[in-house]
Amino acid sequence: MSHDKEIMVKMYTTMNKIRMFESMLQEYFAAGKIPGFVHLYLGEEAVAVGACACLTDRDSITSTHRGHGHLIAKGGDLKLMMAEIFGKSTGYCKGKGGSMHIADVDLGILGANGIVGGGGPLATGAALAAKYRKTQDVTVCFFGDGASNQGTTQESLNLASAWKLPVVFVNENNGYGISCPQCKSMAVTDIADRAAAYDMPGVVVDGNDVLAVHEAVGEAVKRARRGEGPTLIECKTYRWRGHFEGDACTYRCVEELNEWMAKDPIPRFEEKLVESGLVTAAELEGIKAAVKKELDAALEFAQSSPLPELSALLEDVYA
Amino acid sequence: MAKKTYLQALNEALAQEMERDPNVFILGEDVGRFGGCFGVTQGLFDRFGEERVMDTPITESVIVGAAAGAAASGLRPVAELMFVDFIGVALDQLFNQAVKMRYMFGGKAKVPMVLRMPQGAGIGAAAQHSQSLEAWFMHIPGLKVAIPSSPADAKGMLISAIRDDNPVVFLEHKLLYGVEGDVPEESYTVEFGKADIKREGTDVTVVATSKMVYSALEAAETLAKDGISIEVVDPRSLLPLDTETILNSVRKTHALVIAHEAVGFAGPGAEIAAQVAEKAFDYLDAPITRVAAPFCPVPFSPPLEQAFIPGADEIVKAVRALR
Repeated sequence: MSHDKEIMVKMYTTMNKIRMFESMLQEYFAAGKIPGFVHLYLGEEAVAVGACACLTDRDSITSTHRGHGHLIAKGGDLKLMMAEIFGKSTGYCKGKGGSMHIADVDLGILGANGIVGGGGPLATGAALAAKYRKTQDVTVCFFGDGASNQGTTQESLNLASAWKLPVVFVNENNGYGISCPQCKSMAVTDIADRAAAYDMPGVVVDGNDVLAVHEAVGEAVKRARRGEGPTLIECKTYRWRGHFEGDACTYRCVEELNEWMAKDPIPRFEEKLVESGLVTAAELEGIKAAVKKELDAALEFAQSSPLPELSALLEDVYA
Repeated sequence: MAKKTYLQALNEALAQEMERDPNVFILGEDVGRFGGCFGVTQGLFDRFGEERVMDTPITESVIVGAAAGAAASGLRPVAELMFVDFIGVALDQLFNQAVKMRYMFGGKAKVPMVLRMPQGAGIGAAAQHSQSLEAWFMHIPGLKVAIPSSPADAKGMLISAIRDDNPVVFLEHKLLYGVEGDVPEESYTVEFGKADIKREGTDVTVVATSKMVYSALEAAETLAKDGISIEVVDPRSLLPLDTETILNSVRKTHALVIAHEAVGFAGPGAEIAAQVAEKAFDYLDAPITRVAAPFCPVPFSPPLEQAFIPGADEIVKAVRALR
């Protein structure tokens, strides 16, 4: 474990932000306050946080339909995110995108994405732009186990490796593509094995261990910055909630869920932080309290913000 | 002014834009040393190097998607698919990703990419290498669709497309590549959404696109001998569509024939006809007529393929039937 307190505290803080953000959405969605549908990231926080902690504002990410965690970890503004998810004009996308299309190009967030496997080619293109411009910037492509089977993903892995592009493919294997378990949708046990087909490193990590993710992605980011090409990192994790809020989860058993909830990435990290002597338990409580305040403010901002004017309908179709 | 082929005009546009703007680069199937399937990128690899003229694997999704990602990151890619028919492989990256980013992200992204694709029948390439698919692209808000007919328009519109901050689909009929015309040496732009009247006339408006513009001009010659005066309007871009020029022509001639090589049913002519019916119905002295390909895949055998492709004769017939 690194003894850089600043990074450790930041990761812990961000994990809690995601946890509380998603819990808040769960509550307000159930209460009928959020239009559309939401895919929650609860239980997978260590992946986004461990990966994005390796990046700077100049680096880019592409995200997924389950994107809130990635966006928060990449520095997304909680108020603007919350307002967007509530469909408000003050949101990141002026209420035009919603949960599945939040982006902040200035922060290198090239968008959540409603299409499974949609982000791979875009990430490859962002990495191509970095190589073209001879910057040291890296793109992280988050994608799920379901997306790992898409042709777009295979095309992206292939091109990125053939052209040695600075991209890190971070696979979040939460075991299910909507309701379909991994064993029914692919023959491999480890998605990382597919890296061999493209002659790139393939790494399996415990996706509920933020330090393991951070270390693996950190290595891959360094490799990418050195111009040595992409890496495929498979983070084994689990989503606590259904595919979407309202999913009855009839396809998996409660024992399995409980087993994974016992591996909650936040207390695991907490324990390590306290044991290492880097942070006290009291400090951690203080962090949580501060995050709670920030989330309350974001919620207040979202709820008190106006809905879009109807005149916005035809705006921004073209540049 | 120098005579150049449509192909040379496109090549010159690419070269001039790459010279002007280091952010412009080319990627696609066999666009490098090979010079592109039809030769449009010939010489650019030697001139600009493999860093700016990139041969991709034959994987259309990542060609289109990587162009979109690079464009969203500030570059100006010009991607080429070998045939428009291959867009089916990559359609998500175009219509769900590249085109929608700006709107979905609340106006905070721009995706200045061009996707060049040869289309059209006439070389015996059969059903998966011969279609005219412009109507598909016209149905996508956020996209622009260029379909130039003349070498001069091809050059000016490609330069416009490259400088445009929106994704542009650029459709080139493969039988036009060898067509010659006057093309200015210097760099210039032809604006999207501005139709060009390729021949003035008073009796019937023929709105024609791409290769059918030449068929319409040929038909106009034939009909002129009978004293029938045809006005040939080439929209040049279908999205945006210059409805005003078409309406003005119809208000003058009171008759409209629409000619395109795409299949007629739900083709680009359907939209043009609807616009005119909605906005200039009272000016029409006869029903709007479409000259288009029949509703079938493009056949292989030469006589069948020729029967599929509409031409000047069909336009002549359609015009005569109005009178």
